[in-house]
Order: sequence, then C-alpha cells, then structure tokens
Amino acid sequence: MLTLTRELHDKIVQHARQDHPDEACGVLAGPAGTDRPRRFIPMTNAARSPTFYEFDSAEQFQVWKQMDDQDEEPVVIYHSHTATEAYPSRTDIGLAGEPSAHYVLVSTRDENETEFRSYRIVDGEVTEEPVTVLE
Amino acid sequence: MAIEVRIPTILRTYTDGAKQVEGAGSTLDELISDLEHRHVGLRARLIDGGSLRRFVNVYLNDEDVRFLDGLETPVKDGDTVTVLPAVAGGAV
Repeated sequence: MLTLTRELHDKIVQHARQDHPDEACGVLAGPAGTDRPRRFIPMTNAARSPTFYEFDSAEQFQVWKQMDDQDEEPVVIYHSHTATEAYPSRTDIGLAGEPSAHYVLVSTRDENETEFRSYRIVDGEVTEEPVTVLE
Repeated sequence: MAIEVRIPTILRTYTDGAKQVEGAGSTLDELISDLEHRHVGLRARLIDGGSLRRFVNVYLNDEDVRFLDGLETPVKDGDTVTVLPAVAGGAV
C-alpha cells in the first residue's frame, strides 16, 4: 500500500504532463523506516526519450547523498509512460534496483486522464498495490 | 591501505548485510578484485566483459568513474568509493 498526500500525487502528475511526450522521472524521499513520502524530487531524464528514462548519474549521487545525510530514503521512485499503460515494462522490472521502494508508474497516453498506479518490484516480481491519497 | 566502499541495498547479500566494507588496491579494478576475495560474486555484479556494467554507477568520492578512467581510475587510502544501481527503465 502506498500512502501519499494529494499534493505529492499532483506534483508527480504535473511533472509527467509537463515532460510529455518524454518520460518523466523522479523520487519522493521520506524519513528512513517510515514508508511515508514527504519530499518531491523531480529528476532529469538523462535519456530525454519518449520510451526510456535514466537518472543522470551525478544528480543521482547528490540526491542519494543528501537523503543519506538527512536520514531519508527513496520511498517512491516514479516515472511515466507516454504511450503505453502505467504498468512496469520488462526493462522497468529488469532494472529495478531499490527493493524497498514503491515504484509509481504514471501514464500520459490519454490527454485527459492520467493513470497513476504503484507497484513493489522485488527480485524480478511485480506486485501491484493500492494507492491511498490523503486529501 | 583502506578504501571505504559503500554498498547499495541490492548488493548487500554479498557483504552479509554490511552497507560499507573496506578494500585495498591502487586502481578501481584492483580494489574490486580485492573485495571479491572476501565478498565472492560481487565483482560479477559490477563488471561484465572487462568493463563496468552499464547500469551500475560507481563513484570515486563524488565523481562518476566513467568521467575519470573507469576501471583504471587510481584510488588511494582515504578515498570513498560508492556504488549505486542506476535508476532507469522504459516503455518496453
């Protein structure tokens, strides 16, 4: 189960819409061990592609270092699909390297409706989970 | 000579859960070979076909070693090497 505020949910959706048709990506950081996202960290998609995303490695280092310094962890890792459904692809599954994170997929394939779904990806296994948005 | 190596969560199965280990060597390549003696299997997660894996980021202090000399990057006592899995994915 992923629980996040309306504000954080909407920031992710807005980021995805803004970057469409390129995939958008980023992190929601939260205090270590709480499983509660608090801080919105949009990341540069170094691939700048409509079908691939990759965090810029230098940016990733700075963000991970800052999280570590502040005793936070990446609670959510999000990215968007711009022409396909909000479900982890084979590539997404193969590259998922943070077993404790909630992987949020957003789809901007429809210009009016944005799909927002969350998954755990552990050892190559995908499990969808419910999302609770706190108003 | 002690070089601090920070290990990401997914590779801690090779270090008995430790998030930090120590190693020695004068290049990154030597350091990784040194770590392999105590953490068998770790090298193969970092290196494929003689070079660093595409989706594994290795940093010397705070620089990505791809922008230094890759596996030939010189390392020394007091350095910190950090390993982070790249965060990436795609539509297919």
